[in-house]
Amino acid sequence: MMTKSRRVHARPTSGTSMAAGQTERAGRAETPAGPATAPVLPASPAPRPGGRPEPVLRLEDVRKSYGTNQVLKGVSFQVRAHETVALLGPSGSGKSTLMKCVSLLEEVGDGRIWLNGTDITDPHVNRDRCRARIGVVFQQFNLFPHMNVLRNVTLGAIKVHGMPKAQAEERALDLLDRIGMRAKASAYPDQLSGGQQQRVAICRALMGEPELLLLDEITSALDPMLVGEVLAMVTELKSQGTTILMATHEMSFAHDAADRIVLLLNGRIAQDGTPRQVMDESQNPAAKEFFSHFRGL
Amino acid sequence: MAIAMECTVSPIQRERDRYRRRQACKSTLTSVGSTLLLAALVVLALHNSPGWPHVRETFFSGPYFMESLPKVWQGILLNLRVLCFTALIVPITATLLAMIRISRSPVLFPFRVLTQAFTTLLRGIPMIVLLYLIGFGVPGLGVFGGISPTVLGTVALIVSYSTFTSEVLRAGFQDVHPSQRASARALGLTSAQTMRLVVIPQALRKVAPALMNDFIGMQKDVGLISVLGAVDAVRAAQIEVAASYNFTPYIVASVLFICASLPFILWNDWYTAKLRKRELSAGTV
Repeated sequence: MMTKSRRVHARPTSGTSMAAGQTERAGRAETPAGPATAPVLPASPAPRPGGRPEPVLRLEDVRKSYGTNQVLKGVSFQVRAHETVALLGPSGSGKSTLMKCVSLLEEVGDGRIWLNGTDITDPHVNRDRCRARIGVVFQQFNLFPHMNVLRNVTLGAIKVHGMPKAQAEERALDLLDRIGMRAKASAYPDQLSGGQQQRVAICRALMGEPELLLLDEITSALDPMLVGEVLAMVTELKSQGTTILMATHEMSFAHDAADRIVLLLNGRIAQDGTPRQVMDESQNPAAKEFFSHFRGL
Repeated sequence: MAIAMECTVSPIQRERDRYRRRQACKSTLTSVGSTLLLAALVVLALHNSPGWPHVRETFFSGPYFMESLPKVWQGILLNLRVLCFTALIVPITATLLAMIRISRSPVLFPFRVLTQAFTTLLRGIPMIVLLYLIGFGVPGLGVFGGISPTVLGTVALIVSYSTFTSEVLRAGFQDVHPSQRASARALGLTSAQTMRLVVIPQALRKVAPALMNDFIGMQKDVGLISVLGAVDAVRAAQIEVAASYNFTPYIVASVLFICASLPFILWNDWYTAKLRKRELSAGTV
C-alpha cells in the first residue's frame, strides 16, 4: 500500500489550513505535518479577511427536485481542508443527488455550492473547469472499458490538465505502483476484480490533483473481501491530508475514519458532528432510529 | 502430452473422453454424409431437368466467359472506385447526421428537424427510385451542367447509405451507458471530448457488426448505378448479353462481385466471432 513518507504531489501547504483542519480532529490521529509527509492533495484555501480560512466545500441551502419529488430540501454544511466527512443516510435520503450536485453532474434547483471560494453553481462559471477541480469516484467504478488502466488514469491529466503524456504516465505509474497495480497498467478494466477497478478509479480521480475528493458509495458494489482493500486506500489518502466527502453505508468505517458525520434524512440534514456526537451520543430520535439498524455490526 | 496426461486422469474421466470422442466422430460422419447427399440431389435435379443443357449453354459457356471477362473487368474497376469514394464519405456524413440528431444545442434545432425528416423519408425510398430521382432529376435542374451518371449514382448511394448508417450510429451512441458520459464529464472533459474519446469509440464497437453489414450491402448496391447509364460491371455485362444473347457475362459479373466482397465478408465473420468470444469470456474473469 501507499507509504506516508512518499508524496504524490509536492505543492507546498499553507500552515493555516492545516491548523484549521486539526481543530476538528482533536483526540484523533493527527495528520503528519512537515515537508517529508506533506499531504497528497493539499488544497490551500485563501484565508478570508475575517480570520477563518474558506472551507474547501460549502453548501448553502441546496435544494433539488425531480419533477414534484423534492429530494434535497435545503442542505447546508461545510467540508474544511484535510477533513474527511462521511455523508450517511438511508437509501433515498438524497446522498447520491447531493454528490451529483457537488460534482456538477446535476444542476441544483436552488441554493449555492462554493468550492474554495468559487460559486460553482453560478451559471457564468466554466463548469468543465470546476469539474476538473473535483475528483469523483462512482459506485460502479465507471472505468472506460475500451481503454487500458494506464490510459484510463492518464486521460484526464492529458486532455483536461494539458499534462505532457510522458509526465502523466510517469505519475500514473507511480500512483499505480503504490497500490500494487503497476503490473496491471496495460490490462483492460474487465480483466480486473471489482476492488482493483475501484482502486484504479480512485487513482484516476487523484490524477487531476483535485481540491476535493467525492466518494459516492464506492464500496457498495464490492463483496466484503474487496471492500477492505478499497477502504484501506481511503484511509491512506485521509492520512495524507486529502479532503474527502464520502457517501457511504459502511457505518463502522465512517465511525472510525471520518472526522465528521453528516446525517441526511429525507432530504434534510438531521445531524452534523463528530462520529461520537452523531453516532453514539445523539439524542435525536430519527438519528437513533437510523443507527439502531447498525448496532452490533 | 497425451501419455503424460493419461497417468493423472481417473478411469471415469477416461471413459467420458472416450465417449465424447466417439460422439464427435459420429457427428462428423453424419455431417459429411448429409452434405454428400444434398450435393448429389442438386446435381441429379439439375441434370434431369429438361432445360439443363440449354441453361448450361447460355449461362455457363466457357468461350463467352473468356470473351466478356475483359469488358466486365473494366466495369468492376469503376464499381470499386465508386465504392471507395462512397465508403470514404458515408462514415463522415453519417456521423454528422447522427450527432445532429442526438445533439441538444438550440443552434442546431432546424438541422435536427431536417435530419430527422431526411432520415425518416429517405429510408423509405427504394434505392433504385432514389437513383432515378437524383440521376435524372438533378441534371434536369440545369444548374450544374453535364454531370456524369457515375457521379450522380455515387451521390445517390451516399445519400441513401448515410441515412441508414446514421441510424445505426445513433443507436450506438445512445447505447453507451450514461454513467460513462458522467464519469468522463466528472474528469472535466468537455462534451466534445467526451463524445470523441469516450462515446464514439465505445459506440463503434457496439455497432461494428451492423456497420459491416451496411458496407457489404453497399458493395452490391454500387452495381445499381448501371441504371443511370454508367458503364460498370453490370452495364458491361448487359451490353455483352445484348450482343450475343448469351447470359454468361452476368455470371462473370457475379463472380467478380463475389471476389471483390469475399475478403471483407470473411473478415467480418471472423471479427464478429471474435467479439462474441470475448463477450462470452468476459464473464469468467
